[in-house]
Amino acid sequence: MSFWRKLAAFVLVAALAFSLAANWLAPGGYAKQYREATDASPSRQHWLGTDEIGRDRFARVLYGTRISLLLAPAAALLSTLVAALVGGLAGYLGGMWARAAMTVTDLFLSLPWLFLLITIRALMPLNVSPLVSVLVTFLLLGMLGWTSAARVLCATSSSLRNSDFVRQARASGIRGARLFWIHVLPNLKPVLYAQFWISIPAFILSEANLGILGLGVAEPLPSWGSLLKELEGLVSVGEEPWKFVPLFLLVIVVTSFQLVLSNSDEVAA
Amino acid sequence: MLRRKLARHGFAIFATVLLGGFLSATLVRFAPGFDVDESELDPHLNSASIQALRDSRTRQNDIVHFYVQSLRRALNGDLGRSLSLGQPVTTLLRERIPLTFRLVGVALVLSWAAVLGIALTGTWLRLPAYDGLGTVLSGTLLCIPAAVLALLSVLWNVPGTLAIALIIFPRDYRYTRNLLARAYAQPHVLAARAKGLNEVRILFWHVVPVAAPQLLAVAGVSVSLAIGAAIPVEALCGLAGVGQLAWQAALGRDLPLLMNITLLMTLVTLLANSGADVAGSMLRGESA
Repeated sequence: MSFWRKLAAFVLVAALAFSLAANWLAPGGYAKQYREATDASPSRQHWLGTDEIGRDRFARVLYGTRISLLLAPAAALLSTLVAALVGGLAGYLGGMWARAAMTVTDLFLSLPWLFLLITIRALMPLNVSPLVSVLVTFLLLGMLGWTSAARVLCATSSSLRNSDFVRQARASGIRGARLFWIHVLPNLKPVLYAQFWISIPAFILSEANLGILGLGVAEPLPSWGSLLKELEGLVSVGEEPWKFVPLFLLVIVVTSFQLVLSNSDEVAA
Repeated sequence: MLRRKLARHGFAIFATVLLGGFLSATLVRFAPGFDVDESELDPHLNSASIQALRDSRTRQNDIVHFYVQSLRRALNGDLGRSLSLGQPVTTLLRERIPLTFRLVGVALVLSWAAVLGIALTGTWLRLPAYDGLGTVLSGTLLCIPAAVLALLSVLWNVPGTLAIALIIFPRDYRYTRNLLARAYAQPHVLAARAKGLNEVRILFWHVVPVAAPQLLAVAGVSVSLAIGAAIPVEALCGLAGVGQLAWQAALGRDLPLLMNITLLMTLVTLLANSGADVAGSMLRGESA
């Protein structure tokens, strides 16, 4: 493991640890308003200042990091499972099943990702509670983000179907679900792992985009997307640099994921 | 051969748009709130009028009927009426499409100029530091959400086209750099270099024919990326294009408008990808 990958892994663990310790590091919580100090600059009480309605920005960054860092992997897991089910099974079954699955996949891939997200998000109720908005946002990412992974898995599974050891297993009388479960699925694992890890930074960025466009996690719950929405009110970059902390953190975390992933990419290829 | 390929692509586009239309019509039909009609709240309406309104909506409950009717209207140039903006969808699209196409077109030219410029000079110079710089630049841009780049372009007073170009640059750069590096490593290119051919001749006679079909495929995909990038850029930079319209439709849950924009986006993306594919096969045929 190279130095940079070790450093990236350390950064990810540290970010996760800090976000999980949010209850102790910011006992006031993400929604508490300090009405005497609205839109305040950084101080000893509020390390990153407060937002325009007086909420502590440091607390919101910690809680927002927790939401993004815990739910993006959950969505990635969901999308990987759907990809394994659709792509893996389609490739294994072949013929009409593979063609049907790939037609649906092509249909999803024919739309730009962000456009697909906002379209499907708009079909669901927008005026929902913050908790439901979190679930809807990340469920949507999980349920829509499987398509490119399914293509890779379909191709891999299809090549496995015709491999010698699967033919031998079939000749030995192993068929159907057992053949898929015992002989095909374990060989899809490297691709599945790679797809899972690749999806996490992609989903973090997608949530941030949705949040800035006002279609992500609803207030008062913080997420990196809703925290970055604050940048809309800035007049110049140098005016309040502490407002860029969520962006800085997001870039560091996504870069760390990319660095840690550099080996997984090779596995996927 | 080419005619058959074109026919196959044409059929695939037609089938995908039809299927996509049916799927979006189904989603629109079953979206929560589809049945709600605020006009029923009008105190001037009597119970018979309200019942008539309900009866007219009941016909839309049949999804196939709903889709066939929408399709028939679309063939006559009537794409329906926007619920949130109160204008015909055709008018809205006609007003906004030119701006989006201009933005996306200029951004693609800018992005590809930068991609090819950096990737080619990197391959010619063969300096690890220069190559590393390109990788760091594309890697950093890849880690910034598209919407943040759009916001920063507003803050720095940079045109929206540049923001879109910066969003698509890192996606294209990675593939292009690898494709060119692989093409330059081919034995016939090494032989040409050994014979003392100049770089321009090597590029156009020996590298481009090898890499062009794949580069065209990447270019086709980058059209889809640019259209996707146009949404946050137009929405946050206040540019009245189709991307901003899609965003407004999403926020206002203007489902008929959203359905039509979805079909338009699907059509443009498919045309770009098929065009790249056909052009790639023509080049392969010529080089074979």
